[in-house]
Amino acid sequence: MSELTKYTISIYTENNVGLLNRISAIFLKRHIDFLSFSTSQSEIPDVFRFIIVVSMTESGVRKIVQQIEKQIDVIKAFYHTDEETIFQESALYKVKSSSLFEERQIQNMIKDSHANIVTVSPEYFVIEKTGFRDETEELRVALTPFGLLQFVRSGRISITKEKMGISEILNSFKQQNKD
Amino acid sequence: MENQKKNPISGAEAIIRCLLEEGVELIYGYPGGAIMPIYDELYKYSDNLTHILTRHEQGATHSAQGYARTSGKVGVAMATSGPGATNLVTGIADAQIDSTPMVCITGQVASHLLGSDAFQETDIIGISTPVTKWNYQITKASEIPEIMAKAFYIARSGRPGPVLIDITKDAQFELFDFSYEKCKGVRSYVPLPSLDTKQVTAAAELINKAKRPMIIWGQGVILGKAEEEFKAFVETSGIPAVWTILGLSALPTKHPLNFGMVGMHGNYGPNVLTNACDVLIAVGMRFDDRVTGNLETYAKQATVVHLEIDPAEISKNVKAHFPVLGSCKESLPQLTRLVKHQEYADWKQLFADHMAIEIKEVINGDTLPTKEGLTMGEVIVGINKCTKGDAVIVTDVGQHQMIACRYAEFVRSKSNVTSGGLGTMGFALPAAIGAKMGAPDREVVAIIGDGGYQMTIQELGTIFQNKTAVKIVVLNNDYLGMVRQWQQLFFDKRYASTEMTNPDFVTIAKGYHIDAQRVSKREDLDQAIETMIASDKPYFLEVCVEKEANVFPMIPTGASVSDIRLK
Ligand SMILES: Cc1ncc(C[n+]2csc(CCOP(=O)(O)OP(=O)(O)O)c2C)c(N)n1
Ligand SMILES: [Mg+2]
Repeated sequence: MSELTKYTISIYTENNVGLLNRISAIFLKRHIDFLSFSTSQSEIPDVFRFIIVVSMTESGVRKIVQQIEKQIDVIKAFYHTDEETIFQESALYKVKSSSLFEERQIQNMIKDSHANIVTVSPEYFVIEKTGFRDETEELRVALTPFGLLQFVRSGRISITKEKMGISEILNSFKQQNKD
Repeated sequence: MENQKKNPISGAEAIIRCLLEEGVELIYGYPGGAIMPIYDELYKYSDNLTHILTRHEQGATHSAQGYARTSGKVGVAMATSGPGATNLVTGIADAQIDSTPMVCITGQVASHLLGSDAFQETDIIGISTPVTKWNYQITKASEIPEIMAKAFYIARSGRPGPVLIDITKDAQFELFDFSYEKCKGVRSYVPLPSLDTKQVTAAAELINKAKRPMIIWGQGVILGKAEEEFKAFVETSGIPAVWTILGLSALPTKHPLNFGMVGMHGNYGPNVLTNACDVLIAVGMRFDDRVTGNLETYAKQATVVHLEIDPAEISKNVKAHFPVLGSCKESLPQLTRLVKHQEYADWKQLFADHMAIEIKEVINGDTLPTKEGLTMGEVIVGINKCTKGDAVIVTDVGQHQMIACRYAEFVRSKSNVTSGGLGTMGFALPAAIGAKMGAPDREVVAIIGDGGYQMTIQELGTIFQNKTAVKIVVLNNDYLGMVRQWQQLFFDKRYASTEMTNPDFVTIAKGYHIDAQRVSKREDLDQAIETMIASDKPYFLEVCVEKEANVFPMIPTGASVSDIRLK
């Protein structure tokens, strides 16, 4: 069997609620799990961008991207390896305030890991850290002994090193329709 | 005009106006609460638009498919919300996998009730998403013109497919100022990938060097309206051509370069020689597993050229060494200009040798039987004789389908209507209705098994009411024959739930006032077929065939195409 690799799939779409269902169905019927998923506005007005991380073979991810791109409301889909992208995840950690004051190590941990304190209240404080998976994970493991009240990590957000050329695609459509 | 007053119309009327703008003349459907405003408008517009009331919504979709397949136009089916909408799903899935242009319109509960589990509310958008090319729920009348225009554009352009538009009841009542503009493009959708001439040149060079090239064509030739271009390519190059089940009829059966069918019950030579060709030229086909058998051993020796409109099909199942994206209507003529004619005499002789074996081992027994029981094959041969290959043959799913596709002769394109990718039993009877309405001047003969017939038998009511002159042939073996064949071959003859005690089909047809006849003796067969074809009314013919006959050749599931069995 060919090797599994982590791929970041970027999908540029028209703003369309129904599309989420359509896209997830493509993965579901092939029993492929999302390692992470996120969606947001893209650099182009009214164009959305989905970022999905999967672990697949190269031929598998190519076929899935072909199927995604085939959907009417998808403008363009790409897949990239980690080396081809700049990517980050964000994590939030909620810890009892008492531990912050009692355990000096925590303050050092926060400083050393370049995490930020978002909120401090008498009961709890919330730390935010953005970075690679192993970095946010390291902090999670480190904080666990001190009573982690809540933890959440976002899906990967990623930007490619190469140019995406979505505006060109949209412009060429405009051009064609003028003719 | 200066003081022209705006004249608002209802969403329901707008739907009808959109259908008329799109050139729709005929729709199939079934009314109900959530779509009543549209039906009310249909009543008013009945001079312009014919609505055919099928007896089940599934029938409406298959009729719309049959209509699309013989007319080349978009089929339209309509249903109410809830059960009406869910009854469409099988036909939509069938149209999706067989790339049939279809627009389905469903009523939906009023928008303020959405998500409240209202009476007959069903999430048909969610349900139909994986089986539609596109779908959309309209909740405001003002959306109707643009969405309907987009629906037809998407259904018919590029690789065609089904689109479902769900319309809430309040949007049907709402008044608005109607104006219509045809859709010319959707910015996120590229129906026709541009043709890469370099690829064509490279493919032509490869083809010209080939010693044992083989063309496999599929429905893309028909959907692309490229029959002439295809024929020119085949004749110019002199390359043997074989077809998938949905490609059938694009090139006449008797064309000297038509060497038969590939796939599970295809011809012996085309299957075996797939694993002997040096260049395989796939035209508008998608290497379905029923065509390829075991992919690990499929045409590994061949360099593959794939002419295809859908980029997602390139190297999906079989690696395309030379993909040629675009409509084959464009790519074929370019290729034709560059290929040299060659005789390939030795190579063609191999096809002939394999055919000789198949005739001896299989075809003679099927078509010139000496045993007492009637065979399905001789019925098809009888129909060929009577129609001279000029009929539209609509088939259901099972042994009779394979036999019909193997032996039916065709002189024109768009003449084979069958459920290929989904294998939907119950397809044929309603599809035949649509096929006849889509090609009213043509003879339409439906070949159906006793099992599948009973899945949509209620459409006899539609045939009777509309006097649709389809000819219905039920090949009755009192079995779910194809499943029984598998049980015999692979499950030690354990015939679990495949034998049927059938009703009197002739009486049922007569109950619908359809002329009907039953034949069980060879000497009566030809006369019965002649009577049926001579009739200008609907006609039902039951032929009692041998109960435990099998369809061969056969590629068992998972086997290699070259391990096709002759018995
Ligand atoms: C809706 C549906 N259900 C089940 C099947 C599985 N199936 C395939 S062929 C077949 C038997 C068809 O029997 P019949 O219509 O009598 O045709 P025959 O094979 O006897 O010619 C069945 C059950 C199917 N294709 N479609
Ligand atoms: Mg049967």
